[in-house]
Amino acid sequence: MAHSINSGYSAWLKRDLLLAYRRRGEAASSLIFFVMVSTLIPLGLTPESAQLAEIAAGMIWVMALLATLLSVDGLFASDYQDGSLEQLLITPQLLPMPVLGKITAHWLTTGLPLTLASPLLGLMLSLPTAGYLPMLCSLALGTACLSLTGAVGAALTVSLRKGGLLLSLLVIPLYMPVIIFGTATVTYAIDGLNWLPPLAILGALFAASVALCPLAVAGALRITSAN
Amino acid sequence: MSWQWFHRLGSPRWFYQTSTRWLPLLALIAAAVLISGLVWGLAIAPADAKQGNSFRIIYIHVPASFLALAGYYIMAIAGAVGLIWKMKLSYMVMKSAAPIGAALTFIALLTGAIWGKPTWGTYWVWDARITSMLILLFLYLGVMALQYAYHSIDAASKAGAILALVGTVNIPIIYKSVDWWYTLHQPATIKFTSAPSMHIDMFLPLLVMIIGFYLFYAVALILHTRSEILRRERKTAWVRELIEPEARS
Amino acid sequence: MSQSPLLKVDNLAFERDDSCLLEKVNLSLNSGEILQIEGANGSGKTTLLRLLTTALQPSAGSILYSGVGVSKCRYQYLSDMLYIGHQPAVKLTLSAEENLRWMINSAVKTNQLTIAEALDGVGLSGYTDIPCYALSAGQHRRVALARLLISEATLWYLDEPFTAIDKQGVSFLEQRLQEHLNRGGAVVLTSHQDLSLNNLRKYSLSSELGQVA
Repeated sequence: MAHSINSGYSAWLKRDLLLAYRRRGEAASSLIFFVMVSTLIPLGLTPESAQLAEIAAGMIWVMALLATLLSVDGLFASDYQDGSLEQLLITPQLLPMPVLGKITAHWLTTGLPLTLASPLLGLMLSLPTAGYLPMLCSLALGTACLSLTGAVGAALTVSLRKGGLLLSLLVIPLYMPVIIFGTATVTYAIDGLNWLPPLAILGALFAASVALCPLAVAGALRITSAN
Repeated sequence: MSWQWFHRLGSPRWFYQTSTRWLPLLALIAAAVLISGLVWGLAIAPADAKQGNSFRIIYIHVPASFLALAGYYIMAIAGAVGLIWKMKLSYMVMKSAAPIGAALTFIALLTGAIWGKPTWGTYWVWDARITSMLILLFLYLGVMALQYAYHSIDAASKAGAILALVGTVNIPIIYKSVDWWYTLHQPATIKFTSAPSMHIDMFLPLLVMIIGFYLFYAVALILHTRSEILRRERKTAWVRELIEPEARS
Repeated sequence: MSQSPLLKVDNLAFERDDSCLLEKVNLSLNSGEILQIEGANGSGKTTLLRLLTTALQPSAGSILYSGVGVSKCRYQYLSDMLYIGHQPAVKLTLSAEENLRWMINSAVKTNQLTIAEALDGVGLSGYTDIPCYALSAGQHRRVALARLLISEATLWYLDEPFTAIDKQGVSFLEQRLQEHLNRGGAVVLTSHQDLSLNNLRKYSLSSELGQVA
């Protein structure tokens, strides 16, 4: 039984990674969005590095949130359309495991690249040096929370046309704690404070999301796919 | 069967007929409590030493904020009962609770803003409670938007229930993190008048108003649920008979 | 006491928004039998199949697998079952071989046949490594049907398996179904096609349902 539970996870993880690899362009677009929007900030606000440095942490986090939101919409959409979702619902394995596999793939293809690209944005927005490591750590944990929570919204809206905008409405309020503690981690470090406590809370949010979100997604998929 | 009362409670028809009997009385009590609370609070209670008469808006603001949050839990519990016992009436209550709760949240925000102008000199500050209240409004809007997005009533009900439950798990986390965020940024020395430190002459009318709001909420929820019952059960015999009694004879 | 049938459906009903899509469905299926579900469009054929696969929850009634309710033996039931839906679940950016690999990945009961052999068996030998968007609708269906060659599951649920398939494909599929039945398998399928198989039984869904209850 243990073997079969794990195989449900890894089979869907591998498959979604392969699919993302085949559509590299699509996967890259949320990363490009992330970088592009960051050029709007100096243009819209100020090119002065002192002022940019003050808002850099918050801006990077807001953009990471929006970039995740854009991509999480497609998490179950194509599976719903081509009938794969039906097959997912009737795998003998426990449904939350394959679901977690799909979410992991989503994080590996969006959250992780965003995290790795964030130093570049930090550079563009004159983020103080002390902020880089905390930013990488908090984004790595935080984007995983965003993928997990976003998956619940994606599952609730999968059978709806134009579900993308609705998805944002459902999910953004749930994202508030993540963005609060994510930016706090970076600003604590910049202000010379111990940045581990807010990061630890982010870790706690992540642990809670890993435990609960796949269950909510599984429940939501059974409802929406019946439609 | 000891569960019989529970299933009877779940019957929309039983609910409709029973509420027809009790609703006028409940509405009367709610109106009486609200009016006496309002008169007491707005006219009889003493004015605040610092804020003068402008503090009297708390007689609307505080009860509305109470009910806004309690309403979300009522909605989520109704949704959970629907999911667990597959009770249709419970989904109707859930759907009715969303707009009422959203309206109360909006009233709380609006009265807060109106109160803010004379007190702090500005309509809006990013205070922890105000921010939490705004997020609560977003959560309500999400549940409502999801319900309206589905054509199928069953799917709308269940999806709404799941979202409400997810929101319920999140509300304490959101409130705590907003509180924490606020202390982190602690701007001016703005503070709400907190209820327990109030003078008893000011507090008693507030208590009456809170009870009045709960009663009003119950009346509004029952009324809304009744119209939802009629809408969803419009094809059943008993509703047709109710609407067109002469058509049957 | 006689042995309980492989699949038994008791008084199954499915409602949505107070309209009854299926009602009083009673059927039973033994090893070696094939059941063809017939009915007009919208009579609930796909709904019935999806109820059998547990993708949908019935409003009333029960589905028994070897005499046990399917919710009590979920793992055993689902691992002994194969479902090919109306949509073939083929990913366009993956090749036929990759598609088949993940399709059978979560399957528990499989035989020794390789993926290449299975694709060869459904006549896709020259197309294994081409992305599926270059293939036709019939070829997509064949990719999905290749699962039938690898699967050792007893119960097959097939929703319109003959759609978009040419004559040759139809006779191949019939032959494969007969083999499966001869080995003690059982099949429930929806189709408007007249099938020439042994042990074929038909079940008609009346189209009067779907009205408001």
